[in-house]
Amino acid sequence: MSADEMTYAEGIRRGFEWLMANDPRVFTIGQGLWSPWYVGASMTDLDKKFGKERVIDTPVSELGTTAAAVGAAIMGYRPIVIHPRMDFMVLGTDPIINQAAKWSYLFAGRSTAPITVRGIINRGGEQGAQHSQSLHSWYAHIPGLRVLMPATADDARDLLIWGTLSDDPVLYIDDRWLYEQTGVVSEVDPDVKLSDVGPKLRREGGDITLVGAGWTVKLALEAAEILAGEGIEAEIVDLRQINPIDHTLAAQSVSRTGRLVAIDGSWSNCGLSAEILAGAVERVAPANWKAAPRRITLAEAPAPAARSLEAVYYPDADGVAEAARELIHG
Amino acid sequence: MKPTFHKLHRSTLGDLVEPGAYRDPVRIGNRSREALLEDLACMLRIRKTEEQVGTLAEQGIVKTPIHLAIGQEAIPVGLSRHLRPSDAVFGGHRSHAHYLALGGDLDGLIAEIMCRETGVASGRGGSMHLIDRARGFAGSVPLVGATIPLGVGAALALKMDGQGGVGVCYFGDGACEEGVLHESLNLARVLNAPAIFVAENNLYSSHLDIAQRQPNDRLARFAEAHDMRARTVDGNDVCAVAAAAEELVGAARAGDGPGFLEVITYRWRGHVGPDANIDVGLRRSATEVAAWKKRDPIARLASALIADGALDEAGYDVLKQQELERVNAAIAAAEGAGFPDPATLLDHVYSEGA
Repeated sequence: MSADEMTYAEGIRRGFEWLMANDPRVFTIGQGLWSPWYVGASMTDLDKKFGKERVIDTPVSELGTTAAAVGAAIMGYRPIVIHPRMDFMVLGTDPIINQAAKWSYLFAGRSTAPITVRGIINRGGEQGAQHSQSLHSWYAHIPGLRVLMPATADDARDLLIWGTLSDDPVLYIDDRWLYEQTGVVSEVDPDVKLSDVGPKLRREGGDITLVGAGWTVKLALEAAEILAGEGIEAEIVDLRQINPIDHTLAAQSVSRTGRLVAIDGSWSNCGLSAEILAGAVERVAPANWKAAPRRITLAEAPAPAARSLEAVYYPDADGVAEAARELIHG
Repeated sequence: MKPTFHKLHRSTLGDLVEPGAYRDPVRIGNRSREALLEDLACMLRIRKTEEQVGTLAEQGIVKTPIHLAIGQEAIPVGLSRHLRPSDAVFGGHRSHAHYLALGGDLDGLIAEIMCRETGVASGRGGSMHLIDRARGFAGSVPLVGATIPLGVGAALALKMDGQGGVGVCYFGDGACEEGVLHESLNLARVLNAPAIFVAENNLYSSHLDIAQRQPNDRLARFAEAHDMRARTVDGNDVCAVAAAAEELVGAARAGDGPGFLEVITYRWRGHVGPDANIDVGLRRSATEVAAWKKRDPIARLASALIADGALDEAGYDVLKQQELERVNAAIAAAEGAGFPDPATLLDHVYSEGA
């Protein structure tokens, strides 16, 4: 890694560092913030640099802590709540969905609850069903709650900054399987509004469109390399913000390629992959479709522990490439 | 061998839950007569508001679910005397009184209950979602127990501000059965947040009385389990509430930690709607409701002020009439206001727009 590159985990850490150095309203609260093994290298030494009054390690109380952060956000602060595993975040979901997401609407904009919740996807390694989940689709169902899924190192930093500075409540979901990804360091532009943060093309190609968010963008990129070796050029759309969702870029791509594979690191039923397909079907003229769209998702089961089962449970780049071949070759 | 069980419920609140007790005029001591007359007017404003809103519901004019606080007026009035507009107060489903006691705008309240554009939440909230930031009322939300951690978070923010502000959450005896109470009390103590937990113990949660839901009727025991300063007082005595609030709020402002104020009271009407719910509560009887009406927080203050000479019967009647007229004027104003424009349905979902 060269000097002008950073890892995804370092991107997250720099996002925190920028926010806490530049905005006195920002504090962060959650379990494990004074211990490196909860959040990997993504928050290293923040407590030493900014103090334990602004980097608050808490009792084992997801619900109380998340809701207290909502209360502080209503009072004008910009708290970032850390849930080191999304599975445990389920315990703190009531204030996210019932309070923060609705606060602006309930009071017709007279008050807002601009909390940022950071939910970390931490799976694999035989951790089993309650240490593995990626529940982004649940949360993306809720009007008023912005849901961000960074796929690259600079987005890991920038989406955290933009999300925290946004006047809307934000769920920022990062993925431990991306922490070692590297990317080129750009300048921080703090003035970007989330209403302007739409999907990005991560690769251009005319044969097939692959759409994902977070970790599945990495899978798509790896699959595209495999396919390129076979003369198939895939176009890759990184959604970045899945609620509210902008289908425009994916639909434009599919209108050109005529083929779509949606990739999601969670289950299929009523999930993000279904939303991707629906968004394209509603926008792409029937005549432009060359094949029925496909979904690559987890198997419809809780995550298993044994490595032999994990190997078939999680999608991989070979599986994405195989689905693409089937769409192209019939 | 036959198994043995502990008695399911024991009352440790003594006379506080005996409606026959605490019926005398409240002891006003050397408190400012002017302030007490203001308190009386505020309590009357709350009662007249609730009575008229109940009538509107009976007439089918108000559809939004209403939870009336008739009988509980002394609690927010006694507490709010020791609060500032820079504090943050969160209420629950039964919060018209909490809002009005802080000086919340009556017209805005009535219009919101009638779901008009001129309401405090522009008709988006209804009866259970009130707000008046300028008066310190940070919002009311009806999910049972939801206000408790919001108050803790506001208290944490006010502690960071360093201006001596306090975060206040109102909740009832039912909310004490939610796990979030435990988390919030613990968190407030560990963070030394200046939070005031106001437990309005009206002995009922929806249709079940407290003896059917908890092994002990004294809610302050939860605070004691978290090593927190707690007071339990007669919630139908505005002076007793004010005295306890002054002590707990003062300590929190001074950085001496959160406080738990348990106030014993009784709602004259049902959980929701204008009637008394004597047909809903498994053990709630007309006799019990009638007995509690004799512990009327308004009559007890009025009779104390009349005995003292600060008020006479004629003056009391004028006060009642004035407050009724204010409420009726607010209703007339709301009736003349429009409902929200359907074109604004999606406004305020996102602050920045989608």
